Amino acid sequence: MTHPSEEQLVGYKLGEAHDRSAIEEHLGECSECRASFARLERVLVAMDSMPVPERGEDYGRRVWQQIAPRLPQRSPWWSFGMHPRRWGVVAAAAALVIAAFFLGRRHPVRLPTNDQSVQQVRERILLVAVGDHLDRSEMMLVELTNAEPGPADKKLVNISTEQKRAEDLLDENRLYRETALQQGDSALASVLDELERVLLDIAHSPEELTPAQLEKIRQRMEAHGILFKVRVVGSEVRQRERSATPVPAQDNSTNQKGKHT
Amino acid sequence: MSRMIESTQGSDAAAVERTLAGDPDAYRVLVERHSRNLFRLAYRMTGNEQDAEEIVQDAFLRAYRKLGQFESRANFGTWVYRIAVNCALDRRRKRSAEERHRASPADDDADAPRAIEQRASASPAPDRLALSAELGKQIISALDALSPAERAAFVMRHWEGCAIEEIAQALHLRNNATKNTVFRAVQKLRRALEPLLAKEPVTPGTRRAMPAAQGTES
Repeated sequence: MTHPSEEQLVGYKLGEAHDRSAIEEHLGECSECRASFARLERVLVAMDSMPVPERGEDYGRRVWQQIAPRLPQRSPWWSFGMHPRRWGVVAAAAALVIAAFFLGRRHPVRLPTNDQSVQQVRERILLVAVGDHLDRSEMMLVELTNAEPGPADKKLVNISTEQKRAEDLLDENRLYRETALQQGDSALASVLDELERVLLDIAHSPEELTPAQLEKIRQRMEAHGILFKVRVVGSEVRQRERSATPVPAQDNSTNQKGKHT
Repeated sequence: MSRMIESTQGSDAAAVERTLAGDPDAYRVLVERHSRNLFRLAYRMTGNEQDAEEIVQDAFLRAYRKLGQFESRANFGTWVYRIAVNCALDRRRKRSAEERHRASPADDDADAPRAIEQRASASPAPDRLALSAELGKQIISALDALSPAERAAFVMRHWEGCAIEEIAQALHLRNNATKNTVFRAVQKLRRALEPLLAKEPVTPGTRRAMPAAQGTES
């Protein structure tokens, strides 16, 4: 091969060169490139001698002493391993149960009499909650996609609002993904898993991004087609939710098929 | 990420679970275990002891608040490192913005004012005395001359042994752009240090002289 470029030599050094064997062979034959490579290595070895102030064995203890008073106060709910934001999920589930109760009073439905019907009710509650979750996720992703920097070209884009929502959605997402997995709904679990990665990406980003960084996030979202998948699955979930809606109770006294009370 | 982190992964996961379950001492274990490594990372990212200490604290506080989002299948060490990298980048951006308010130059974020990190050499560590004063100064100033992304990418790759994918995630870049960022960092360091190294013998480090080209770190 011809003399490798500096970039190729750096790539080789980093273990990232595509043409490793050709470069290796060339280095074996060309003293000029070998010398250049040796100089590169020397620079990196020199970097290792950059002094870093040592911290003693008790440094971790000191850090703990400094941060411990600033950690959020723990409440009794911690003893249940429940993160505060998950109460939002619990509240949402409770609201669904209450709504289902009142709906049931107005439009009585057959009480579950076996495991299968209990399973159907559970599935429906999950579908309603997941549908709502996917709608809110879609809204947040669309807003992030349309986020604009300020008027000045170099102004940073503040995504703290979207980040906060992504953090809230993350907790719910995990719960739904685990439930979907337990119920053997691998397709839904798979999309929720992908959504979770995107939400994590957003939640762990800096609060303020350069337009270029925001563009990278958008490109990753596009590469995964996550917005499209969320829309499709959201629509499917709504469809399944409608299909899973229980048939209103029949008047037992008449025992006539299809005649509602 | 770092091999040191990997060895503690199992016990870290247990400590995270215990923290989430309300054990007050469990998070202390994580803090005490990872503080020194995190400090080294933060110091190399900033070149300033005080900033590095604050980044360590910020990272653990931020990690604690977000612990509910931590996936049990993930590695806590890697996760908290990533948070620390973001804390360091946030700090540099904030400082850069403050500097821009004070001074007029329309400096791009990727070329943050060098003066910020030049405080790095203000508090020499004892190890520095073992080096040629000139070489030590040049190393600090070569690192200071890198953009925040270049410095972060180089630190993560060279000293922390991170894969390109991990660095890309932390910096919100694509893999190819991340590789180019590391390349640029190495090229800039080479330009800055090679003339000096040609004149001066390098103090032997703890790393191998001729590594097998699997990464910049031995």
